Amino acid sequence: MEIMFTDKLILATIIFALSLGVAAYATWAERKLAAWFQDRIGPNRAGPFGLLQPIADGVKLFMKEEIIPADSDKFLFIVGPSLFMLTALMTSAVIPWSTPLNLGDGHLFQMQVADINIGILYVFAVVSIGVYGIMIGGWASNNKYSLLGALRASSQMISYELAMGLSIVAIIMMTGAGGMSIRNIVESQSGGLYGVEVLKGLDWNIFYQPLGFMIFIVCAFAECNRTPFDLPEAEAELGGGYHIEYSSMKLGLFLFAEYVNMFISSAVMASLYFGGYNFPGLSLLPEFWQSIAGVGVFMGKITFFIFVFMWVRWTVPRFRYDQLMTLGWKILLPLSILNIVLTGTVMLFFSK
Amino acid sequence: MALSLTNRKKVLEKKEYTFLESLYFPAIFGGMMITLKHLFKKKVTVQYPEEKKSFSKVFRGKHILKRDEQGRENCTACGLCAVACPAEAITITAAERKKGEEHLYKEEKYAAMYEINMLRCIFCGMCEEACPKDAIYLTEELTPANYDRKNFIYGKDKLVQPLGTSAHPKTYKPYVKDGKPYEYKTPVNK
Repeated sequence: MEIMFTDKLILATIIFALSLGVAAYATWAERKLAAWFQDRIGPNRAGPFGLLQPIADGVKLFMKEEIIPADSDKFLFIVGPSLFMLTALMTSAVIPWSTPLNLGDGHLFQMQVADINIGILYVFAVVSIGVYGIMIGGWASNNKYSLLGALRASSQMISYELAMGLSIVAIIMMTGAGGMSIRNIVESQSGGLYGVEVLKGLDWNIFYQPLGFMIFIVCAFAECNRTPFDLPEAEAELGGGYHIEYSSMKLGLFLFAEYVNMFISSAVMASLYFGGYNFPGLSLLPEFWQSIAGVGVFMGKITFFIFVFMWVRWTVPRFRYDQLMTLGWKILLPLSILNIVLTGTVMLFFSK
Repeated sequence: MALSLTNRKKVLEKKEYTFLESLYFPAIFGGMMITLKHLFKKKVTVQYPEEKKSFSKVFRGKHILKRDEQGRENCTACGLCAVACPAEAITITAAERKKGEEHLYKEEKYAAMYEINMLRCIFCGMCEEACPKDAIYLTEELTPANYDRKNFIYGKDKLVQPLGTSAHPKTYKPYVKDGKPYEYKTPVNK
């Protein structure tokens, strides 16, 4: 029991640091990629390749003057960004990073902070609470633009959560018993693709659920308030959106949490649809190296998805608000229901 | 058909989206492929303080009033440059060369005052074209910014080629004679 507690503490600390580190360097990657997509070079003055840029940004944000508007609700003004950051970090608890690490003496180091049987439900629940962070922050600022931004953010996130949740239902159906645990979902993807033994480790859900994945990725973009759905922070209309009154590290928390969210949703996408830590040839490795390689592969998949997030951001222009709502309610929601029906029918007739 | 001047204009047709177009995904994917291509393209950035963009060969910048190879001013104050100037930026006062000034001015007449108003100047190079004595050239130097309008009226102090330099009329770089930079001695009044 004690060993388990220290294990969890170590893992939680690592993941905490990792999420923040990845988020920090995602800002660097974002700027670098933005530059490359536009035929520029990007930050390259702070350290080699501008690698110290996130540190410089962080120091800058810490050093800035902390302004709390006189007319704002001071308590809620502070609660807003804290809640947003907290929920962003909490989601990582149920993600299985790899197979258990065998440290000898029968000591299995579980590469997952909490293997709860409703893992995916927990993710959705915590992500939904994240909306409160934005709402509270936007409302407490006592500024009409931040309120409008917060309203847009919450309505958008609530609308897209439905389609997102329904697209997951198909995955849960496919996984069968215990299908809500993310570890079970990942483990169900370790077999051979379409039952072919040579393609072992490639049995990823994307090959069975392409439509579901499309719905999920679009919803994930909307959930993270990323382009093309970044209406909450539409600079042109709202002058910054829900965080317009924020300064210093409270602003930093908002911006940072967005990148943490991106990291986590990439991790969720990788584990639900792209086999998590599974890859062809995983079972050939010795047990210890399986879990090490698993972490590496999983991180590779996450990095790819973060890249896709940024790639889309510098390609697709922003949606109009009515287009956003039409897409969410009239297209994605029926499509995800259709996806459930299709999955059910196929499962019934081919008894997968 | 209505009469058209070039027949090249295209009238935009507003059609309903086909099913594939209404999915957005093919178009978005196409766009993403275009941006992906840009990821590997050559970057156009010039790293300014370390790296400077070279001027074009026909760049026309600040003027220089040339000296000849013995260091004498070429200008004879004929005023052709001032006449040619479409912006009326050049003002000249002529003066007669005195005895003992032969090492300073090439001809008997010289410009006692030669001013170019850099705020008026359009850097067209007409003065250079008009000059019969090879006296005025536009260099590759820029005219720097200033806080005061009156500082933009460049007199002979700023325009005449500094003594002791052997600047090429266009590039302001030293002449090269037999592979060595060619320098002339500053003339001494005997």
